Amino acid sequence: MDLTPTPSQTVGPYLHLGLTDTRSISRVAGDGAKGERVWITFRVLDGGGVPVPDAMIELWQADSGGNYVHGNSGTDAVGFCGFGRLATREDGSCTFETIRPGFVPGPRETVQAPHINVSIFGRGILKRLSTRLYFAGEPANAADPVLALIPDERRETLLAQPDPAHTGNWIFDVHLRGEGETVFFDV
Amino acid sequence: MSMSSSLIPSKSRKPRRPVAPFRRHEPGTQPDYFYPTYRATTLRAPSQPLIFLPHTLSEVTGPVFGHSDIHANDQDLTIQHAGEPLGQRIIVRGRVVDGDGHAVSNSLIEIWQANAAGRYAHAKDDHAAPLDPNFTGTGRTLTDKDGFYSFVTIKPGAYPWRNHDNAWRPAHIHFSLFGPAFVTRLITQMYFPGDPLFAFDPILQSVPDERARQRLVSKFDLETTKPEWSLGYRFDIVLRGRESTPFER
Repeated sequence: MDLTPTPSQTVGPYLHLGLTDTRSISRVAGDGAKGERVWITFRVLDGGGVPVPDAMIELWQADSGGNYVHGNSGTDAVGFCGFGRLATREDGSCTFETIRPGFVPGPRETVQAPHINVSIFGRGILKRLSTRLYFAGEPANAADPVLALIPDERRETLLAQPDPAHTGNWIFDVHLRGEGETVFFDV
Repeated sequence: MSMSSSLIPSKSRKPRRPVAPFRRHEPGTQPDYFYPTYRATTLRAPSQPLIFLPHTLSEVTGPVFGHSDIHANDQDLTIQHAGEPLGQRIIVRGRVVDGDGHAVSNSLIEIWQANAAGRYAHAKDDHAAPLDPNFTGTGRTLTDKDGFYSFVTIKPGAYPWRNHDNAWRPAHIHFSLFGPAFVTRLITQMYFPGDPLFAFDPILQSVPDERARQRLVSKFDLETTKPEWSLGYRFDIVLRGRESTPFER
């Protein structure tokens, strides 16, 4: 049997039917989860700066202790699942409730700064786009081994910014193409 | 003591397990992002090269779903309403394996599709074909311990889209899979054998390698076909496998 992995195809414009109409997860961390509670609003914009109303965002993150809920069941004892999934609204945005993740071990003796792994799907996106969200102002960003791979002038595209009007709220714009283009990873 | 996120933990705090990375794709076996004959890519594909990310714990772990995520009738799309949907009843069955041929067991698969007339039960689909009150077109299941799955549904119709003049999508079913890790996530489409629209479909043609494209085409399967009841199609799916570790050599 040929074991070449199956190719990706776009989710198309009707992804909601199979993925988000009844299976959205906006709360990555339930009430019992420890840690600093945050609300993160994503906004997806295309190469013309126009909001993308038919994208889907998935999140995967560690808990506040830096542990991924992996390998046994989908949710830990305190209601933390680490996974989120939402379709964007007409204005290209969606908002997740979660906790700020902890530090995760990196390659060699490094420590990764708190980050959220992000996948973006959509019509016109033939295979999942992968990026990471970091928190602006986090001192550990300076020593993060993944941020260190990114040219200085593009690093800022991965930093969520605090919403000055609402404590605990963060904003993360994803520019798919062109000016201010978000850094995407080959994972 | 709770740890403030502004403090960097001491390096000895957590036992370090080795991370076994996943294999990278061979060139040509996945679509490129920018594929202008599929018009929507011209505004949504990144223009900068991707940054190569060595796999860390963040990439080799992933969400896990279980039986509580599946409801009765989720794997039979023909019994979700009061009556039966119109169209050709089919069984789609297959096996999910990784790049080493090992079963991907107890793993979530989600599907969605148009009805037999080529219309999605979606508010934004304005194709002038009838909706079917007995068909939503959504299914989900878990693979069994050997990686097998099956769905009962109806064969979806082809439908027009506005990508180019007289553009029609070949009949297809959308498939979403997670596999064991963040990097094994896959969303794809299953096609039906011999569809005359293949050559004109930029979404299928966006995969450069002919053999890789063929992986997206299901096969008619007499073994899956049920006498006096339903045609059967076989659709096997390969997710990424791990690179071999030094210990395995």
